[in-house]
Amino acid sequence: MAELKKDDKAVDQPADATPNTTEVEKVDAATAEEAVAAIEAPVERGEPILQVRNLVKHFPLTQGILFKKQVGAVKAVDGVSFDLYQGETLGIVGESGCGKSTVAKLLMTLERATAGEVFYKGQDITKLSGRALKAVRRNIQMVFQDPYTSLNPRMTVGDIIGEPFEIHPEVAPKGDRRRKVQDLLDVVGLNPEYINRYPHQFSGGQRQRIGIARGLALNPEIIICDEPVSALDVSVQAQVVNLMEKLQDEFNLSYIFIAHDLSIVRHISDRVGVMYLGKMAEIGTDSEIYDHPTHPYTQALLSAVPVPDPDARDRRERIILTGDVPSPANPPSGCRFRTRCWKAQPKCAEEMPLLAVPERFKGSDSPAAHESACHFAEEKDVVHA
Amino acid sequence: MTTIEKTDSVPAPRAGGKGGTPLLQVRDLHVEFHTRDGVAKAVNGVNYTVNAGETLAVLGESGSGKSVTAQAIMGILDMPPGKIPQGEILFHGEDMLKMSGEQRRKIRGRKIAMIFQDALSSLNPVLSVGYQLGEMFRVHQGLSKKEAKLKAIELMDRVRIPAAKDRVSDYPHQFSGGMRQRIMIAMALALEPELIIADEPTTALDVTVQAQVMDLLAELQREYNMGLILITHDLGVVADVADKIAVMYAGRIVETAPVHELYKRPAHPYTRGLLDSIPRLDQKGQELFAIKGLPPNLLKIPTGCAFNPRCPKAQDICRTDVPALHTVTEQDGAELPGRGSACHFWKETIHG
Repeated sequence: MAELKKDDKAVDQPADATPNTTEVEKVDAATAEEAVAAIEAPVERGEPILQVRNLVKHFPLTQGILFKKQVGAVKAVDGVSFDLYQGETLGIVGESGCGKSTVAKLLMTLERATAGEVFYKGQDITKLSGRALKAVRRNIQMVFQDPYTSLNPRMTVGDIIGEPFEIHPEVAPKGDRRRKVQDLLDVVGLNPEYINRYPHQFSGGQRQRIGIARGLALNPEIIICDEPVSALDVSVQAQVVNLMEKLQDEFNLSYIFIAHDLSIVRHISDRVGVMYLGKMAEIGTDSEIYDHPTHPYTQALLSAVPVPDPDARDRRERIILTGDVPSPANPPSGCRFRTRCWKAQPKCAEEMPLLAVPERFKGSDSPAAHESACHFAEEKDVVHA
Repeated sequence: MTTIEKTDSVPAPRAGGKGGTPLLQVRDLHVEFHTRDGVAKAVNGVNYTVNAGETLAVLGESGSGKSVTAQAIMGILDMPPGKIPQGEILFHGEDMLKMSGEQRRKIRGRKIAMIFQDALSSLNPVLSVGYQLGEMFRVHQGLSKKEAKLKAIELMDRVRIPAAKDRVSDYPHQFSGGMRQRIMIAMALALEPELIIADEPTTALDVTVQAQVMDLLAELQREYNMGLILITHDLGVVADVADKIAVMYAGRIVETAPVHELYKRPAHPYTRGLLDSIPRLDQKGQELFAIKGLPPNLLKIPTGCAFNPRCPKAQDICRTDVPALHTVTEQDGAELPGRGSACHFWKETIHG
C-alpha cells in the first residue's frame, strides 16, 4: 500500500509543475446552453485548444467472483500533461503498453479518467455530460489503427460515413446526407460512386481513407489518429500521410498523431511527446526531440530505429536496451525507466523525476532546453542526421 | 570500385559443401492457388540463391508472394488449394519438390528451419515452451523427455532468456512478445540448421525489442555460419542486416542487388519509389513521394510488366511485354555483379 500512496502524492502535484504548458483559462458554464456555446466558439490558430493536466487512468485489478476485491491497479496513464494548439500536429510515440492509446481513449471520453483534467476550450470534458459532452464529442473525432476491423462489414460505405449524421442530425439534414457522403468520399480521394459498396471490396489503404472520411464527417476541430498507417503497405503509407496533411491544411484541423514509426511521426508532427510506462518522458518540437534528445529513453528509442541506409550500418552507435518494459501494474519506484537505464543512480529509485526543463539547460537558448523527465538529462545526438 | 569490394566481404560458403553448389537455389518457381473466383498466381517465376553464411533479404508488400515462396521452400504450403505447376527448389543441388514426404521431413527442422512472424499464434498455447522446444530433439534425435528438457533449457540460455531453468515449464502466454520471439528463434536453431527462413521476425515487436532480436539473430547466424532468408517489408531492417536483396512485386523478383548498391542506385522504378517514399529530414513539411495506385489483384495481374499501371515511366512496351530480369551493367558495359532488374528501361532508371 505504501507504494500506492507514494504514487497518489505524485498525482496530486500542482499543474504548474510543468512550466511549458500554458495556463488554463477556465470557462465556468452555469447552464448547458452556455457550455455548448463555449464549445462552439472558434479558437485562433496557435492558441491552445486542448489542455491535458495530470491525466490519470488506473484500471482496477480485482480478485474473487461474488465479492470483488481490488488487489491493485494497472496504471496505464499516470499523470500526463500536455497542450495541443490549434492547427498543429502533436506526435506521441512510445512502445506498446506505454499508455498512448489509453490517452487517446481518454481524450475521446471513451474512457472515464481516474483523475486529472482535459480542458477543451477551457472546459473540463472529463466532468461534462449530456448536451455539452455531445457537442465536444462532435468536435473531437478519431481515426483507428486497423481499417479491417474498425469498419462494420455489414454496412455500406455510405452508411458507415453517414452514421455520424444520425447522432448529430444538425450537421446534415436528412435529404442532404447522401450528397454530403459523396463529397466526403471525393475529399479523401475515393470515387463517389463507391457509396454503395461494402468494406471488403476495398484495399487496406482505401479502407483507411473511408475511416478518415468518417472522422471528417462532422467537421471536427481535432482528429486523434491512433496508428493510422501502421497496418498499411509501405507504398500506400505515404499516400495516406499525404492525404492527412492535405486535409489538415484544408479544414484547419489539429491532430494528435499516435504512432510507433518514428520517421513518419517526425515527418508529420510539429511537436513530439515520448511516453514510457504511462508517463511523458520528454516533450518538445520535432527537432528538439530528434536532434537533441536529453532523456535516455528517447535516445535509446531513436538509436534502435533501423536506418534505411546500409552505409550507416557500422558508423551508427546503437543503444540496445536490456529486458522488456516492466508491468504497469507494478511499475518501478522513482523513475520508471531506471530498470533499463544505463545511467541509473540510487537517486533514480527514490525520487521521481518531474517533466520539466532540466536545471542545467534552464534559461539557455540551446535546443536541449525542453522538458525532459530525467535527473541526469544530457544531450546526446544519436541520429547523426 | 569500393562498393564491389564491400560485396566481396560476404563470408565464403561453408567449407565441405558439395563442390561449390549453393546452399539453396530456387529456380523458376511458380505457385498458384485455385479459388472459386479463379486462379490466383501468387508466385510467377522466382529465382534466387542463398549461400552458407549469407543473408538474403526478400523485400515486398503484402501479396507480393514473398511468404508463399518461403512456404514452398519449407514444404508447408497448403496443397490444395496451392499448386506448384513448375519450378525447382534445389537444396545442396537436390530438387526438394521431387522428394518424398519422408525425405522432406528429414530436412525440415533439421536442415532448414523457419521463424514465423506472430510468435503467440505460432506456439501451442496448451503446451509448455520447454515441451515444444524439446519436441525437436525427441522427434529428430530420439532423445528421452528428460534429456530433451535439459536441451531446451540450454537453448533458452543461448537465446538469452533469463532464468531459463525456472521458465522452461512456463506457457507461451507467460512470456512477453520479445521473449516469445526468442523462443521461436531457439526452436528454429535447435538442430543447428544450415538455412533459416525468418518471415517478418520482428514486425510485431517494438523497436527497442526489435533491435535486441535482430542482434541476437545476426550473432547466432555468424556463430553457426547459417544461410538466412529474411522476409520483410521494412527497408530499415534490410539495410541493417542484409548482404543482398531481392525485391518482389506481384509474384516476381523485380530487382536483385547487393545491399549497398540497391540503396545507392536502384535500377527498378518500384524500388526507387519505395526508397523515395521514406520520409527524409530535408523533406519536412513537403508532400511525401507516394507510389500512386494499389498493389495488383493476383487474380488479374496486369499484362506486360505488373507494375505498369503504377509506374511513372511506363511506355507501350510495358503494357504488352513482360520484362525479363536484365543483367544490370555500368554505363560503359562493365557488369555489376549480383545485380538484375526486371524493367525494360533499367538503363534510364539507374543511369538517370
